[in-house]
Parts: sequence; structure tokens; C-alpha cells
Amino acid sequence: MTIEKVVEDTAVELLRIAATEYPKEYVKELEKLMKETKGEVGRSQMVSILEDVALARKESWPMCQDTGLVAFMVKLGDEFPLRSSLKEVLVNATRRATKEIPLRPNAVDMLKGNTNDNVCDPHVPILYFELVPGKDLELTAMPKGGGSSNVAAHRMLKPGLGMKGVKSFVIEALAAAGSLGCPPYFVGVGIGTSEDYCMVLAKKALLKPFRVRNHDPKIAAIEEELFTKVNELGIGAMGLGEGPTALDLHIEMAARHPASLPVGVVISCWALRHAKATISADGKVKIDKSA
Amino acid sequence: MEYHLKTPVPEAEVRKLRVGDVIYVTGTVITARDEAHLKSLELHEAGKRPPVDFKGVAVFHCGPIMRKAGKGWETVAAGPTTSDRMEIFQDKFIEAFRPAVIIGKGGMGDRTSKACQQYGCVYGAFTGGAALLAVKGIKGVRDVFWLEELGMPECLWVYDVDDFGPMIITIDAHGGNLTADVKKLVTARRDRIMAEMK
Repeated sequence: MTIEKVVEDTAVELLRIAATEYPKEYVKELEKLMKETKGEVGRSQMVSILEDVALARKESWPMCQDTGLVAFMVKLGDEFPLRSSLKEVLVNATRRATKEIPLRPNAVDMLKGNTNDNVCDPHVPILYFELVPGKDLELTAMPKGGGSSNVAAHRMLKPGLGMKGVKSFVIEALAAAGSLGCPPYFVGVGIGTSEDYCMVLAKKALLKPFRVRNHDPKIAAIEEELFTKVNELGIGAMGLGEGPTALDLHIEMAARHPASLPVGVVISCWALRHAKATISADGKVKIDKSA
Repeated sequence: MEYHLKTPVPEAEVRKLRVGDVIYVTGTVITARDEAHLKSLELHEAGKRPPVDFKGVAVFHCGPIMRKAGKGWETVAAGPTTSDRMEIFQDKFIEAFRPAVIIGKGGMGDRTSKACQQYGCVYGAFTGGAALLAVKGIKGVRDVFWLEELGMPECLWVYDVDDFGPMIITIDAHGGNLTADVKKLVTARRDRIMAEMK
């Protein structure tokens, strides 16, 4: 089998896992939170979610009909045999996954309408490339639904507002998201860099390991503080005022321009879908389904 | 209270429902999102009729994943989409077509709530993302309209359903709106948290 075929098959499989297998760590946490939820209305939402993800895993069908706009995060090792052809491989994988899983056709060309295969050149599927040392290719599929993407927030704060301003903005963004993006949420916060890149940082923050806090204790403390405060908003499961508002929150922080304080807040619905694989130069595939 | 409704649901039965009640629907559920609402209303305003009768049935804010199965269709996944997008014309839709139930997620606003009171309609919140739970209640695909023109997520899918649910009534025909109430509480908490922020 060619290395192109290995990567394509793996990419299809990652999209299938992301759409159909809700990470076990999330299931366990939702089960715990369901038991802790006092109100019947809130609890019923979590019961439905748990029933749904169990069905999805059993039948290998998408847990949500919105299978998202397809995105891949790619870490390309210097000595991995594929280079620019990777793009075509991932585009082909997206087309195949749309038919085989199946995924809902979600790429809408503003002028021509739905492309029906989740592909619309040159920017969909969304590909994030990073060059890394070594021989491996690390591939993460992260299809993201429209409902929770619609409640993302971005602001260029006055630097004088400092971290307090950043924290307030996150709270404001989550309160505005309210019931609209299928809570309980996963929250990614990107602080610093530029007006565009802070959103990428925020999106990537969503993929940090579940409930593992930032390696910097100062940022870890802010994550913990914001996670608690977001839950204090009391939006609740599906915005019905009962049960958890957020399941996790991560911050990715970087330097900023002296005159700017960019903040991005990217929110995922409870169905944060992702799956990762490492492919070696000789075509060995290791899949990572952890949260 | 838990109710098992059969479409067409008589207005008197709709008016019995209260915020917090749990409902299941048997009969007809028709999917309609942004484009289908818009097109139906455009036809209505031009004095024409859409290809389906929404009276007394459940309108479902949903863009499903469907798959061809033999001569017909199979529903792969069919959870609710964010209803808030339909707030801009849901009231006109209710007035024009008189559905009994609007099914969606995330709740709706004042305009929809007022139309629900006036014309006897309710909003049932189906758990967002629970697309396979929804499929369990769908017994068959009776019809599809506007598929070519609007595409799979946006067209009208007419489902035969059996105990489709559960939905929680968050807007009743008496002015109750649970999501709006929660929103007020969240806004007050937001203001307090931001004022105390260090």
C-alpha cells in the first residue's frame, strides 16, 4: 500500500472515530455530573446525551447530525515522505468520509450552494500545518459543528485592561453564548499574538488533554478560576439552567504587540469531536482516542 | 407532566401544556430550517401554498443526515439545530401555517413566545446533538420536498414518527419561556461575576 493510501485511510478513520466515538473520559465525567445534577430537566438532558453517545458508539453512526466543517491539524515531520501532496490526500479522505461514514455535506459555496462533499477548494477542509522534526506525521481530525462555532467571540482589548479584562471578556462571551451552542461547553481561550491568530490558539486550546491544567502554574490558576466562574453562570445543560455549564476550559497564551491585547474564545458543544493518529515514515499507524 | 401527543394536535390540547412538561409526538414531524422557513413564507405571501400542510403537526428545526436506501430514504442522524436563527420569522410562520409544536434546541425569543400564545403553539426543546435518539422515534420518511434546490440539511423532510422525543416544553401558550427566564438569571450572574472580578 502506498503511503498516500495509508494516510488517506487513516484520515477517513479519524473522521469516523471523531463523529461516532465520544471519548470515554467525557462519558465518565458526564455520568458523574448527571448524578450530581439536582433538577429533573437538567438531568434529562444529560441522560439523552449519554444515551445518544452510547448508540453512536454501538452503531458507528454520527452522534450528531451536524458532523461539522472538517478540519485537520497536521504536524509534518521533516523526514516524512509526503509533502505538498498531503493536501490532496486529506481532501480525498474528506470526500470519502462524507460518503462512507456518512457525514452531512456541510461545505456551502456562497455563490453555488452546497458542494455536497464537504470540500470546497481551496480552504475547505481547513488544514493547519506545522513543521516538526522527525520522521512521523501526526494527524488530528477536528470537525466542528456550526452551532457552537457561531458563539465564538473575539475582541482586541485595550492592554491597560490586563488579565482582569481578559477574564471578564471570557465570562461575557460565555454568557452571550448561553443556550445557543449546546452546553455543557468546552472552552478554548487564546490570548496574545494577532487579531487572527488568537482564534487559532483558542481553537487549538480545545484539544489540550481533558482536565489537565496549563504547565505554567499562573496560567493554570487562571484556567481554574475561569472554569469555576463559567460554571457559576448557571447556563446549565442545553441552557435550561440546571446541570453543568462547562466541561473544561483551556488557555493558550502567547506574546502580544505592546499596543494590542487580542483575545479569542472558541467554544465547543458537549460533542467536542477529535481523534489523533501518528503515522510513521514506513506507514505504521498508531491511533490515539484519548480525550 | 408527561404527554404523548398525536398529530394533528388540537389547539385545546396544545394549550394544556406548560413549561417543564415532557412531550412525545406521534404522527407527522416535518424538518424546516432557515431556507425552508423563508421559502414557505415567500410562497404564502405570494398567495401560494408550500407542498406540505404544517397545520397541527410538529415542525422540527433540523438538518438531518439522510441516506438513500432502495427507493426510499434512511435517516442516519437527525438532532435539532439552533432555533434562535428562526426567531426572525417563526412568528410569521406560526401565524401563516399554525403548527402545534416547534421542535428545536436552545430556545426562542419574545416574538415566537407571543405567536405561541396567540395561535396556540408550543416550543419543545430536544436535547442538542442527540441525533440518534431522534432517529429512534422516526419510523419512516414519507416525503421530501425542495431537496434539489435547498440541499439535504435545508429541505423539507416529512417523517412518520412514533413517540418522538422526549422534548421539554420551554415555551408554552401562556407566555412561559424557560430559556428566556434562565437568560435573565445568567445575565444577572454575569454582571455580578464581572463586578467582582480581580
